[in-house]
Amino acid sequence: MTNSSNDKPAAAGRDEANWAKMVSRLKVSQVPEGAMNLNVDGRQLTSPIQGFGKMWQKTYVVRLPSERVAPTELIATWRKDFGDFWPPGNHFYAPLTGIEPGEVALLNMKVPGMKLSTGVMVLYADEESFTLMTPQGHMFAGWITFSAAQQDDATVVQAQVLMRASDPIFELALVMGGHRQEDQFWIQTLGNVAAHFGHPDATVDTKVVCVDRKRQWSRWRNVWHSSAIRSAIYMAEAPIRGARSLTHRTGA
Amino acid sequence: MAEATATFDVRRTGTAGVVDIRGDVTAGSEDVLMKAYESAGDVTAVILNFTGLSYMNSGGIGLLVTLLVRARRRSQQLLAYGLSEHYSQIFELTRLDEAIGIHDTEQDALAAAGAA
Repeated sequence: MTNSSNDKPAAAGRDEANWAKMVSRLKVSQVPEGAMNLNVDGRQLTSPIQGFGKMWQKTYVVRLPSERVAPTELIATWRKDFGDFWPPGNHFYAPLTGIEPGEVALLNMKVPGMKLSTGVMVLYADEESFTLMTPQGHMFAGWITFSAAQQDDATVVQAQVLMRASDPIFELALVMGGHRQEDQFWIQTLGNVAAHFGHPDATVDTKVVCVDRKRQWSRWRNVWHSSAIRSAIYMAEAPIRGARSLTHRTGA
Repeated sequence: MAEATATFDVRRTGTAGVVDIRGDVTAGSEDVLMKAYESAGDVTAVILNFTGLSYMNSGGIGLLVTLLVRARRRSQQLLAYGLSEHYSQIFELTRLDEAIGIHDTEQDALAAAGAA
């Protein structure tokens, strides 16, 4: 086979609508009531290349009888009610337009001792899959793809994470039980999806592969954007904000 | 999960291995892509030729990250050429362009790799 520099790119535009448009920094268009909006506006997206820790690919799979639900129906439901399948105590504030390419969602996560505020952008979405990508300061740098596909007589539902911990603190947290907690989070989520389609006892299989054992020490400065540190500071300052607000009201 | 719908043909040019990609690159392409990469052998650079790419989803982008890790482990450069404007933007959006050198032509990529 020969190729020359005169070859023209053949990629058709058939999937252009499925991808987010180019953005250099994220912008939260609307903040739902009750949501804490920190660590998203103005942040850049981060792929695993920009992360700090070891690189992991984690795959969570559950199989449902195909007569129960078709892949496209499952993904449509998952996109519509994404946050409803999360374990209790964690909030996914979907954009009003739902999971659509380029939309930004706020996440308020329950982590030991605090509420952590971060977000994701919908990188890609089609009828059988969608991908969420993380901004600077998120627990991990990378993306997670949710998909469903027909295999023999089953609809195979999958969540696959490709990630590095964003900074040394999150890397330490992953080693100190964070991996287990994350696995439980997605196992529970897929279990909830299976239960929604009538299979509450479906087994979720997990496969974890360490893609790169090297830590990227040159990325330690990512800690500057840490959503954990910034969320903790925000929470610690709550009494001061409350007092100021009271003073303003009294003075008015 | 998905089946492979792309072909990856490898040819040696100087000290580089050029991988001609044709078809749809998805997560299902992992085995064939990694086999192609291994068959490139002891090269200083791996150049991905995207002129025959029909379609790539986020699973395909993930594969490129994995390929990048393997190439770095062997101290090989990873470069690309022939990307349509759309996929060039996807590389920029996902910040793959910070690690995979993007070029207009094979000659440019070979020159950048010092493998011409």
